[in-house]
Amino acid sequence: MFDNPALLKAIFGRLTLESLPLHEPIVVATFIVVALGGIALVGALTYFKLWGYLWREWFTSVDHKRIGVMYMVLGIVMLLRGFSDAIMMRLQQAMAFGGSEGYLNSHHYDQIFTAHGVIMIFFVAMPLVTGLMNFVVPLQIGARDVSFPFLNNFSFWMTVGGAVIVMMSLFVGEFARTGWLAYPPLSGIGYSPDVGVDYYIWALQVAGVGTLLSGVNLVCTIVKMRAPGMTMMRMPIFTWTALCTNVLIVAAFPVLTAVLALLALDRYVGTNFFTNDFGGNPMMYVNLIWIWGHPEVYILILPAFGIFSEVTSAFCGKRLFGYTSMVYATIVITILSYLVWLHHFFTMGSGASVNSFFGITTMIISIPTGAKIFNWLFTMYRGRIRFELPMMWTVAFMLTFTVGGMTGVLLAVPPADFVLHNSLFLVAHFHNVIIGGVLFGLFAGISYWFPKAFGFRLDPFWGKMSFWFWVVGFWFAFMPLYILGLMGVTRRLRTFEDPSLQIWFIIAAFGAFLILLGILSFLIQIFVSVRRREQLRDDTGDPWDGRTLEWATSSPPPAYNFAFTPVIHDLDTWADMKNRGYQRPLTGFHDIHMPRNTGAGVILAGLSVVLAVALIWYIWWLAIVSFVALIGYAIAHTFNYDRDFHIPSSDVTRVEDERTRLLAATSQAG
Amino acid sequence: MAHADTVIDDTIFHLEDDHGHAESGSSTMLGFWIYLMSDCLIFAMLFAVYGVLGGNYAAGPAPKDLFDLPLVALNTTMLLLSSITYGFAMLEMAKGRVRPMQVWLVITGLFGLAFLGIELYEFAHFIHEGATPQRSGFLSSFFTLVGTHGLHVTFGLVWLVVLMVQVSRHGLIAANQRRLMCLSMFWHFLDVIWIGVFTFVYLMGMLR
Repeated sequence: MFDNPALLKAIFGRLTLESLPLHEPIVVATFIVVALGGIALVGALTYFKLWGYLWREWFTSVDHKRIGVMYMVLGIVMLLRGFSDAIMMRLQQAMAFGGSEGYLNSHHYDQIFTAHGVIMIFFVAMPLVTGLMNFVVPLQIGARDVSFPFLNNFSFWMTVGGAVIVMMSLFVGEFARTGWLAYPPLSGIGYSPDVGVDYYIWALQVAGVGTLLSGVNLVCTIVKMRAPGMTMMRMPIFTWTALCTNVLIVAAFPVLTAVLALLALDRYVGTNFFTNDFGGNPMMYVNLIWIWGHPEVYILILPAFGIFSEVTSAFCGKRLFGYTSMVYATIVITILSYLVWLHHFFTMGSGASVNSFFGITTMIISIPTGAKIFNWLFTMYRGRIRFELPMMWTVAFMLTFTVGGMTGVLLAVPPADFVLHNSLFLVAHFHNVIIGGVLFGLFAGISYWFPKAFGFRLDPFWGKMSFWFWVVGFWFAFMPLYILGLMGVTRRLRTFEDPSLQIWFIIAAFGAFLILLGILSFLIQIFVSVRRREQLRDDTGDPWDGRTLEWATSSPPPAYNFAFTPVIHDLDTWADMKNRGYQRPLTGFHDIHMPRNTGAGVILAGLSVVLAVALIWYIWWLAIVSFVALIGYAIAHTFNYDRDFHIPSSDVTRVEDERTRLLAATSQAG
Repeated sequence: MAHADTVIDDTIFHLEDDHGHAESGSSTMLGFWIYLMSDCLIFAMLFAVYGVLGGNYAAGPAPKDLFDLPLVALNTTMLLLSSITYGFAMLEMAKGRVRPMQVWLVITGLFGLAFLGIELYEFAHFIHEGATPQRSGFLSSFFTLVGTHGLHVTFGLVWLVVLMVQVSRHGLIAANQRRLMCLSMFWHFLDVIWIGVFTFVYLMGMLR
């Protein structure tokens, strides 16, 4: 029966034993390591009987704080994968000189640079940014949760689903070999007949649903759920940047969804959107994907700007300089980010006038961004600066990001871009702004808000190790790429002819090694901090003498965030409350209305992954079954009207009394 | 520092009486509206794609060879009427009358089905004539734009049936009213999109 190829094809589609990359020793070794690690993890969870706890308290949780933390875990896990890709590329490029082929074949190398880009943007930066927004925003605006708590859980699991699909491609079949934006005609069925591009498409589609819905959710939350008295111009700046970012998500991600759907139609149905013949137009794909892609980089950087603003203000012990200009700068960047997409392909040949327009709009963005830098500097001026870890990241950001911004303005000049287009100069530029801006911001945010999430600080020694390795490593890894790019080296090359270039690649590989130490130090930092949590504990809920509302509640905050809805009178709410001798209410607690946990998000996302895998491998029966199951389950879920419950006032009183006791103990000890 | 007349407000740092998630209903409407705008962007993009590729016939059939305006006019009528009848259903909902509302919803659904039937007939006819989505950039973008709208209508019909069952089970409780309002926005939104399709694809296609 199983030697009938037609039957096998009907059951398994194009999935065969040859789809497993058994002929690639590096992949096999990776698989063994990952499999052993996975078995160890599953075994440990089973041994310590943690599955039930994880399922009840985390996986099915609709609490924005827990979902935020899960996003962060996802981002950090995927950072390890994305970074493995990076250091493999750096090694390959440092080795492959003078006739050497390096250690990666071209088939594998092309998948690595594609996967690196896709993972770092979609499954590292996005989850980390979304996670921080999820955790912090409701606390900053004095809300109990987001507008749609179940949707929040569903969004998270769809993002996980996308990550699972990308990870699967490493061991079953292959990933795209097209670069992270999969330009046609290379990504068309003619040049990429394998499953790689299909993995790319469906991973991004599944994760994209999650991103879009979480964008809708957070916009709604910020618009509708602010505590009384918090006018728009009293919102903390991080909440402002989160609002702008989520507006951008809602306004940009549908374009990505649509353009990938069209690419999928070209590949699956044989339509002619982006083909070279029958009236298709490949450059339309490039336009459309960058109409999403440029706002996307601002989706990542705006929350980082928000983090730096909060950190600067908190660690300088004063109100942010130029709050209003900061808000308007954020809004202007949000709008302008929509008017610059063509600078990604000046070489398309759209003519001098079009290129000039997009060159000038691009340069204009540096004005509000520059205003922000000055606002941070003036906040620091005559501030009582405490150089704790978040503040160190902020200063490193200002130095590093400014260089990246300047090379960006340089690339915005179309004639210069014609020379530097597709070169390592460009690669250096965008790593300069994404690492120096987004990643430094995320590390600042993680060390700033970690005590809020867990009730103890991160260990400062290992944090400083991580900081120095990262910052120095960044400069070593990417300055050589600027030089190489100026000398004309194009990106995504696997081997090189000119031996005089090798030294620069070796320096860059050394930088990547330093970054590896930075990542390891970060992991050690978390491990050490958990071990030393009693010494690092903070019972006040306000370890940094913070200024915004999230520091008013306990660490970690109770499920309901605030026992009473706060009333806001001033921009730096918590600083205002402390100044005016605010007394925490000790009695009179009410029942609190909260949403109920549900496993529906996990199940829906799981079915989506099955559907995606079926589509990738042409297993049509499974696609139909999982699609019907998905729709059926979603409909069945809507028949459940019993979605919330009340935390009884006795529970609230118990939690709040415990906090009263801890606060009393701390103030006596202090 | 505080002004004398606001001094009482200024000392209140929290609300004694709390309503928690009481306003989630209004959030739902705003959230769904934002979602609709994101959906609108997908259509905007498909319109733009049609604008770019709509003239690329690749030596295949052009709009004038294919479109049958009287049929499309009939189709448009079906969809516009379904919007009106949905409006009637919402009026009945406002009066709290379940039975007449359900009747109007059934009529809305039938108009929607008629619209889909005519559209599928049109598609089948085109494909039979060799004007398949694979034939040219024009036909790819035509089928995708019109077909995406059709898929939305199909989804709306499924949703309509589900809501009718839920109303018959639980009556016009707040949650069901909210859902009916969302579907109402969705349904009218599809009408607006169709007016765009009718104008830019069919009418202007005949002028090309």
